[in-house]
Amino acid sequence: MADVTVGIVVFPGSNCDHDTEYAVASFPGVRPVMLWHNDHDLKGSDAVILPGGFSYGDYLRCGSIARFSPIMREVMDFASKGRPVLGICNGFQVLVESGLLEGALIRNTGKKFICSQSTIKVVNNGTIFTDGYREGEVLRIPVAHGEGNYIASPETIESLEEHGQVVFRYTDAEGRASEEANFNGSLGNIAGIVNRAGNVLGLMPHPERASEQLLGSEDGRRLFESLFRHVAGV
Amino acid sequence: MAYKAKIRVTLRPSILDVQGKAAQHALANLGYTSVESVRIGKYMEVSINEQSADQAGRVCTEICQKLLSNPVMEDFTFELEPVN
Repeated sequence: MADVTVGIVVFPGSNCDHDTEYAVASFPGVRPVMLWHNDHDLKGSDAVILPGGFSYGDYLRCGSIARFSPIMREVMDFASKGRPVLGICNGFQVLVESGLLEGALIRNTGKKFICSQSTIKVVNNGTIFTDGYREGEVLRIPVAHGEGNYIASPETIESLEEHGQVVFRYTDAEGRASEEANFNGSLGNIAGIVNRAGNVLGLMPHPERASEQLLGSEDGRRLFESLFRHVAGV
Repeated sequence: MAYKAKIRVTLRPSILDVQGKAAQHALANLGYTSVESVRIGKYMEVSINEQSADQAGRVCTEICQKLLSNPVMEDFTFELEPVN
């Protein structure tokens, strides 16, 4: 992959920005560039990642204040032109607050912050983020969140399902979307969704924490790889 | 003219309030078995400087819709009172 620039947004309270930078930089020819929340330009980014963390201390609602930071105006403009945006965990929360993705993320049904390995299934491998996976493939990717319970109106859920916008579901190791596997209570076991145009993906699990064998899994690696390959046009 | 807006943001009835449920269970443990449900919301006080109550009300509605509540999961109500 040649000369791909990936912008990683840093909000006050982001804490997975450097993990994401590390994972991104491990791809040859891919250059991460950090974007501060007060910046007004994306510094030539070919793709933008909103990393995990607790932007603005999760005040008011997770992601609600980050959504109005100056850099988000640029990110929303970038997304509206069909350019790729990936939101991980808190980044996903920012994306739903900003309206780039539908629905909302509320407190886990069990009330607890859950930090553990999760298994998710690739439901749609026809996106620019997931075409490096097989359909139905089960991935081991860690989660760490208190508000990951995905909700939306019944009409929205129906429309997401109908248009293949549900990309990842929490499942057991065999790929069954069981109630036990749905540890945060998300409707339809939803772990990640894409917008209708297919260029904005949000997911609660952390692919950057599963990007090399030393971390216990490299199942998250192909998500970045798919995206960067798409951006590089190869 | 300054107005004080007293804003209440509550989870929509269809949304499970895990915090409220935990509080309800704790109350039941304390012996308050007649407490059938608890819903926990947010209360905010916002000072708004506008020409009229109408204008202050419009601003208040707008800020509730844009930032202070999320219409996907929450409802809001508010009362305005003039401040001297």
